[in-house]
Amino acid sequence: MNELTRLNASELAGKIHSREVSAVEVAQAHLDRIAEVDGTVHAFLHVAAEAALESAGLVDASIAAGSAPASPLAGVPLALKDVFTTSDMPTTAGSRILEGWRPPYDATVATRLREAGITILGKTNMDEFAMGSSTEHSAYGVTRNPWDTGRVPGGSGGGSAAALAAFEAPLAIGTDTGGSIRQPAAFTGTVGVKPTYGGVSRYGLIACASSLDQGGPCARTVLDAALLHEVIGGHDPLDSTSIDQPVPSVVDATRIGAAGDLSGVRVGVVRELGGEGYQPGVRASFDEALAQLEKLGAELVEVSCPHFEYGLAAYYLILPSEVSSNLARFDAMRYGLRVEKGASAEEVMAATREAGFGPEVKRRIILGTYALSSGYYDAYYGQAQKVRTLISRDFTAAFAQADVLVSPTTPTTAFPIGDKVDDPLAMYLNDLATIPTNLAGTAAMSVPSGLAEGLPVGLQVMAPALGEAIMYRVGAAYEAARDDEAGSPLINGVPEVTR
Amino acid sequence: MSADPAGLSRDEVAHLARLARLAVTDAELDVFAGQLDVILGSVARVGEVAADDIPPTSHAVPLQNVFRPDELRPGLTQQQALAGAPAAEDGRFRVPQILGEEA
Repeated sequence: MNELTRLNASELAGKIHSREVSAVEVAQAHLDRIAEVDGTVHAFLHVAAEAALESAGLVDASIAAGSAPASPLAGVPLALKDVFTTSDMPTTAGSRILEGWRPPYDATVATRLREAGITILGKTNMDEFAMGSSTEHSAYGVTRNPWDTGRVPGGSGGGSAAALAAFEAPLAIGTDTGGSIRQPAAFTGTVGVKPTYGGVSRYGLIACASSLDQGGPCARTVLDAALLHEVIGGHDPLDSTSIDQPVPSVVDATRIGAAGDLSGVRVGVVRELGGEGYQPGVRASFDEALAQLEKLGAELVEVSCPHFEYGLAAYYLILPSEVSSNLARFDAMRYGLRVEKGASAEEVMAATREAGFGPEVKRRIILGTYALSSGYYDAYYGQAQKVRTLISRDFTAAFAQADVLVSPTTPTTAFPIGDKVDDPLAMYLNDLATIPTNLAGTAAMSVPSGLAEGLPVGLQVMAPALGEAIMYRVGAAYEAARDDEAGSPLINGVPEVTR
Repeated sequence: MSADPAGLSRDEVAHLARLARLAVTDAELDVFAGQLDVILGSVARVGEVAADDIPPTSHAVPLQNVFRPDELRPGLTQQQALAGAPAAEDGRFRVPQILGEEA
């Protein structure tokens, strides 16, 4: 493995911008790494080697000409979740129904990455249309967790998280509808951030559940995530739900946090997250994290969010309802797969959707169709929306007592491939601690907190809407203290991928 | 309000699949009916929360209509719009028959 692939994004940027190495060399090192290990890891669905080298070459030329870098991350490679449209690469959302589809336009996130001079290496694997917690629901095969290739990397953004942990890319983009950035981050010992709803444009993000979907940064360090956050965040007139306010100054907040002082910061420990159903090793890692936060000067406060226990149920009514509506667009008429079976449009549509969607997508479409049907609407969808209100109120009350809230990101560490794929409900339980944030539209991140039985555990830090600065500050302070105490970053312990 | 505890039958799942334009197979119906019944039994928990006086939330962030100046802006060309079409003819999407003979 080329040593360049071990470096963090901020370190690589420094070397590229000072012309110690070229962006092309950095891109090539990562492409070589992908060629070396992705046969096993399968983080990527598409590798855009030529375009990546060309983009990196432009950054080198610009720096050689004396221009200032387009962004603090110019020339740094990135892995993009295959749910963002890219006009120069296929976009599948992990689904057979979009196999080979070449979108006619770029997602705003893709546009901003390009404008920032970031090298897009390719598109990463995911659960089909972001529905899943293991990346096993991809139509294109499973992604393997670099920590143990017999285990899942989490999902739906398992490809992006695995690419980071396998040193195939120092930066990645994910989307988080119920935990799809944070849970894979926890499972792979990486950092994942779900920004405030509306903080990162959804234009060109293929919709799963529109009121919950949020793109965000993934990296191996909090600082790298912050640098990427500032590149992709901010108002976009093309997304009507985009927040028309400046991006929170998360890079500054991260640097302040890394200095290691959290005195005066109130950290709320959510009573309802972390007890029953949580693996003992996860619980132990969380307790150590709490002690660490206290040592940094934070004041720990116990808070109660009594309606969080209904979050999972509300989510699995709201999400399928939105899914059943959003995925109606895959009708075999304008783009994507068409199965010519039957004479009428309706028959072709049904045959195409049958052939093009996998079982999890079908289950959720049927469930959503049911939850929205007359006679059941009030009891299911309507009631779930009320629970959503109560969960938001729980957050509001908790944030009156604490600046951030913390919990384990996931109840367990990464589970073996095949373990839960036939038991949807067991799979859904992965998202127990991450879902409330999506329902409330607030911000949260997962930071590595150690190992349990040799597998990574994540600490979740939750903040109010647009409270990213304090969240990054706490995350960075904790990361620095943990790495210091352990002697090295957690990711350094990942075993070398064997073929 | 409590949800119907009777759960989902195989016939109901078949009906819902038809509504959603999914030509599911018999084998899928067998699997889905059981799985969906379990999921529904679990999510029906939302009914345990007394929430008669609670307003529903459809979106976490308050939404309001956004206006922009009514100006011409570049959009997709006809060629771009049709580039991903399964079938196109004379600059239009070619689709199977939509209405029946008697319609």
